[in-house]
Amino acid sequence: MLLDRNLHIRAIDAYIDPSTPKQRAIITHGHADHARSGHGSVLATPDTIAIMKVRYGEDCAGAFEALDFGVPKQIDDVTITFYPAGHVLGSAQVLIEKDGQRVVVTGDYKRLPDRTSQPYELVKCDLLVTEATFGLPVFQHPHPSVEIGRLLKSVADQPERCHLVGSYALGKAQRVIGLLRDAGWDKPIYLHGAMIRLCELYQELGVELGELIPATGVSKAEMEGQIVIAPPSAIRDRWSRRFPDPVVCQASGWMSVKQRARQALVELPLVISDHCDWSELQQTVRETEADTVWVTHGREDALVYWCQQQGLQAEPLHLQGFEDDGGEDAA
Amino acid sequence: MKRFAQLLELLALTTSRTRKLAALTQYFRETPDPDRGYALAVLTGALSFRNVKPALLKQTVLAEVDETLFAMSYDYVGDLGETIALIWPHHGQADDLPSLTELIGLFNTTSKSDLPKLIGGLLTQAEINERWALVKLATGGLRIGVSARLAKTALAEMSGIELQAIEEVWHGLKLPYTDLFAWLEGRAGRPDIDQSARFHPLMLSNPIDEAKDFPNFAPTDYVAEWKWDGIRVQLVMGGGTVSLFSRTGDDIAPAFPDIVENATGRAVLDGELLVGRDFDPGSFNDLQQRLNKKVASAKHLKESPAFIRVYDILFDGDDDLRTLPWLERRARLEAWFAANPQSRLDLSGVLPFSDWGDLGRQRREGADMHGHEGVMIKLKSAPYVPGRPKGYWYKWKRDPNLVDAVLMYAQRGHGKRSSFYSDYTFGVWKGNEIVPIGKAYFGFTDEELKLLDKWIRGHTLGTFGPVREVKKELVFEVAFDSAQESTRHKSGVALRFPRINRIRWDKPAAEAATLADMAVFIAAT
Repeated sequence: MLLDRNLHIRAIDAYIDPSTPKQRAIITHGHADHARSGHGSVLATPDTIAIMKVRYGEDCAGAFEALDFGVPKQIDDVTITFYPAGHVLGSAQVLIEKDGQRVVVTGDYKRLPDRTSQPYELVKCDLLVTEATFGLPVFQHPHPSVEIGRLLKSVADQPERCHLVGSYALGKAQRVIGLLRDAGWDKPIYLHGAMIRLCELYQELGVELGELIPATGVSKAEMEGQIVIAPPSAIRDRWSRRFPDPVVCQASGWMSVKQRARQALVELPLVISDHCDWSELQQTVRETEADTVWVTHGREDALVYWCQQQGLQAEPLHLQGFEDDGGEDAA
Repeated sequence: MKRFAQLLELLALTTSRTRKLAALTQYFRETPDPDRGYALAVLTGALSFRNVKPALLKQTVLAEVDETLFAMSYDYVGDLGETIALIWPHHGQADDLPSLTELIGLFNTTSKSDLPKLIGGLLTQAEINERWALVKLATGGLRIGVSARLAKTALAEMSGIELQAIEEVWHGLKLPYTDLFAWLEGRAGRPDIDQSARFHPLMLSNPIDEAKDFPNFAPTDYVAEWKWDGIRVQLVMGGGTVSLFSRTGDDIAPAFPDIVENATGRAVLDGELLVGRDFDPGSFNDLQQRLNKKVASAKHLKESPAFIRVYDILFDGDDDLRTLPWLERRARLEAWFAANPQSRLDLSGVLPFSDWGDLGRQRREGADMHGHEGVMIKLKSAPYVPGRPKGYWYKWKRDPNLVDAVLMYAQRGHGKRSSFYSDYTFGVWKGNEIVPIGKAYFGFTDEELKLLDKWIRGHTLGTFGPVREVKKELVFEVAFDSAQESTRHKSGVALRFPRINRIRWDKPAAEAATLADMAVFIAAT
């Protein structure tokens, strides 16, 4: 087999998104459950490398090799090509080719256009290794513009309150900001400290986000009617006490489940996801024309079951180091 | 339906009581009859459909969705209604759904065989939030954190009419409550309802202030009764129909057919609902088992028969006795019992005492020997006044039991307290480990809460969603009314009404109580 069930490409001794330090790693994108520090060498897209350096430091890997999208790289008799995954800036699917066999590891991906990330491209293959974060038929994501509309309506209806939007620092925060700009919100957007560096990086890499201001040191009165982007952990914690009667919002695919939003004390759930929903996962499996599907990262069982119903070879991968829902990109 | 769906969503997601009330009043003000009446019925749980049941919805969905995938989804979401709303695979043009009134009409009149088609069509037509509301409506279990009382409080707020006055007529009202809204909006008088369905708000007591009250009270002006450890009820016997109301005016008759079917005569009685044989009350836990069931099971009826210990009479036949002094009502109550022999009603005794010291001794003995909650002290000349009037009825509760327990877990509070860890689980030693015995979220000041919050953040072992496990180092002196054996808690002990009495910053955890220490409290009940 070209790729084993630990996402190890034996022929060139390279691992994809390994959870422990390896001599040679191929990294799909910058989220912490995919990109870790301490590898000997890292092969990734230029944007992903920039993100890793910001998050883990310049020396977080022994060596970096940047590979642009669509450019095949020959290592011995294996060819590696990156294709956009549409998940966050720089996120890639990895196509591995050898002796005419094609394997695609999707990493995390979504198929809806998102101007803060290179748009997803379909890659046909024999073996598809797909994520399944939202791999249950209850996940049918609405269009994000609908959700941003709900946020803006709530802001307009309650001008005396401040809206705190819980979003993960890499990807979701910038996406929400981009969606707000597209919907015509041109006021400054306030940021929690943990968001600032990555937003700056996105801007340096050419993603327009408009005027962003740190949310600290601003008076309560000034924050009325404003929108603040903060990590989910901060919006219900001490940090949020500084804001006027905040509306706790959270932008995540999980927010479609109301019981879950209630448990998280979210008053305005926004179903904005950087992953495929159930029908997009099905669509991808079909369109790649893969005859074997390995499913990882999420609710593997349902997608495996569905693939088998379609007459495909399918099995779940139980990768080490991946915690269900625990990771920052589990959204 | 769109408005109603929005209301349900807001109610489900806001934790602020004030905001829930504001949303409810706004809805009732702006929504025309009869839609708002049906909405009120849905919110107060007064509506159910003969044929529209969770099983029917599930069957409708399983005709469209693979059963295995449905099971996996249900397993993940955990709520049947929500699973159905989320998984429904057909999304048509979001046409306006029928109004709430029309929907309820359809649910009631469509034949059982046509219902799946009707419901499927509606689900396809609905937007996602409406689909959720539709399923909630059809299955009945709202689970959105709104009590019937909150809905009635909103009615009181929108109209300026006292909540008590609304509760009084509540159970005699008929859907869709147009006469109620007419009254609330000042367009008509109070709805005239059948006497036997009328709830009469209860008279409540104030805690006694031993130091201040006793020197000023002449013992001969008062009577004393045991304070029973059950729930307060009102039995309205209309000759033919019988209603059993909880303290807040909820009709709990279906859960207690043993009482309702055996009550004879015409009267409105006030007393304590208890379970036990031969009028010998069992533990509150036994009663709780029965209260948890909306409809009594045969097993419960046999093993935990219910009875009422009656201590007051509001109406004797059509005679309103509420303005009479207690002493005269008591005489009427005794006469009524003599004339109407009962198998499930029992007259609560009056406790003779010579002075307050004597009553204090009896209260202590009653607590220690029989587990009584304390004594009630009532002014002989007091009329029956709804609400909590001053100067008439007093409760003198037993001294609380105290135990030193160790803080184990802390959970975030709600609303204003949502950024504070304010709900505490504490435990006692069992060998080398600490086992939980209870949970409390009050008994401390705001200042103490800030200190506790800080301590918890500095002593966290692990975080599980909104819960933190902390180092087992902080001791609470926990006050509680009684302790009972419990199969639900790992420790085997459950506390009644626990609250934080003191925070023992000074006390080492090693000196906290042991499970063996708790045995004394259990033996006392």
